[in-house]
Amino acid sequence: MRSEANESRGRAPLSLRLATLGVILFLHVPMAIIFLYAFTTDDATFSFPPPGLTFDWFGVAVHRPDVWQALLLSLRVALIATLAALVLGTLAATAVYRSKFFGREAISFLLLLPLALPGIVSGIALRSAIGMADFPFGFWTIVIGHATFCIVVVYNNVLARYRRTGRSQVEASMDLGADPLQTFRYVILPAIGTALLAGGMLAFALSFDEIVVTTFTAGHEETLPIWMFSQLTKPRQRPVTNVVAVFVIVLTAIPIFLANRLTQGGSE
Amino acid sequence: MSPTRPARDRDSQGPEERPVLLRIASFLYLRPSLVLALLLGPPLVWMIVVYLGSLVFLLIQSFFSLDPFTGQVIRVLTLATYKDLWTPANLDIFFRTATMAAVVTVTTAVLAFPLAYFMARYASTRLKTVLYLAVLLPLWSSYLVRVYAWRLILAKEGILNWFIQQLDLTRVLDLLLRAPVIGGPSLSVSFLGMFIVFVYVWLPYMILPVQAALERVPRSLLEASGDLGARPGQTLRHVTLPLAFPGVIAGSIFTFSLTLGDFVVPYSLGNSSFFIGQAVLSLTGTAFNIPLAAAFTVVPMGIMAFYLVGARTLGAFDAL
Repeated sequence: MRSEANESRGRAPLSLRLATLGVILFLHVPMAIIFLYAFTTDDATFSFPPPGLTFDWFGVAVHRPDVWQALLLSLRVALIATLAALVLGTLAATAVYRSKFFGREAISFLLLLPLALPGIVSGIALRSAIGMADFPFGFWTIVIGHATFCIVVVYNNVLARYRRTGRSQVEASMDLGADPLQTFRYVILPAIGTALLAGGMLAFALSFDEIVVTTFTAGHEETLPIWMFSQLTKPRQRPVTNVVAVFVIVLTAIPIFLANRLTQGGSE
Repeated sequence: MSPTRPARDRDSQGPEERPVLLRIASFLYLRPSLVLALLLGPPLVWMIVVYLGSLVFLLIQSFFSLDPFTGQVIRVLTLATYKDLWTPANLDIFFRTATMAAVVTVTTAVLAFPLAYFMARYASTRLKTVLYLAVLLPLWSSYLVRVYAWRLILAKEGILNWFIQQLDLTRVLDLLLRAPVIGGPSLSVSFLGMFIVFVYVWLPYMILPVQAALERVPRSLLEASGDLGARPGQTLRHVTLPLAFPGVIAGSIFTFSLTLGDFVVPYSLGNSSFFIGQAVLSLTGTAFNIPLAAAFTVVPMGIMAFYLVGARTLGAFDAL
């Protein structure tokens, strides 16, 4: 923790402030351009400045069945994958927090592996194993892939929260005569509740956007990122892609803002 | 989570009166290793069976080979597939991908440092939260959308070219695009464009660990350096940078690994010279040569394993 009294360094040099501003702009201006192009009247090229502005594409996008199908599939996959990750991640975090056992350090590493290894490695590994098991590619194989790399997000959040809360509250609850169920219901759950919510929302955002592993496990199903990828190579009504992109940006921004709120001051 | 906390025996209540769940809880309290097994079992079985199992299976497949006539996988252990891997064309792919990953990593580190430094040293608590969110938002927001944004920006009739025309710099751009290797017919089909997009999409992964590392540099150390007569530049070079280095390594794990395994950016902005991701995708998707695709992925896996061991010795895991 830094004390504000130590803030005697004063203002940053101008060059540093300009560099900071430059990097922030570099990260955010492209997003703004997506918004702009959702309103262009030019549907064949990406001409700048746009020849005209219109709201029509929002209406067109709403009536495109392929958009809806992809969106609904992505939402369903993200929901189930998040639930699976919540259960498995919390179990793992609880085990690691309350007991010491052989290989405890390896658990974090094992859970992080699907995120640390290049996506194609996980993707093709799952694909060949699932193909070998003669399991039909589709909804459930996408869920399996997503749940695998979402577990670590929940795990990290819950474990960080356990470490911050400490054990004393649970002990106090028991000393005061609460039974395990009451302790769980009134002490543990409220303590880790927001961490679960934050981890769950991040897992949801992660699953909702994933494309690399999904490409290998989706079979003929089309999630929203896969739909967008197909629009990159063979576009149809380009501004519709922008409308969907705007929608995706907004939809993923909300859980990130909320998750940041919920975990503030700790588990970053 | 199952109720696993210790139960207190209450004398007023006989065991037969207690609800089933409580009896289970008391039963479990006396058997901590059973509790551990119940807690750890599901996630561990999932990760080991589903994930590690698949990885091992993939590794084994790379030692199978494809019958050139029938296109069937022959399940006999052989090194034939690795021999197929060792062609000049494939080596080109590895070299190209690894070079891109290295250049992207260095560039993101250079770009990340000023922002991370500003956040750690100068930003007020409030501004820091804002900047933190400004980095976090692109990190978590749709990667595909972010790649798509650059399609709009880099397109021939797009915004970047428009600006270049306004500034009368078209000739400079043409010169750049005519350069060997990095050039191409337009920015949207060139290694230069691909490089920009890679840097853009992975930059947040570098900023956060570098900022975390800088945040941990004790202020007293910098003051000591100043008191001992070092100029700010010297303090930066000899105190701050070495201490920030583990953060850079931690960030580079992500930028390097993500670039190695990506196929979206090369497909959207590249030409016909493949990257590892594209090669693997086309080998599984159209050629159905799973053994060769598996052998292909062993290379980035090996590079990453090597990289992670190196990162560990440099202390990068503490900075994650």
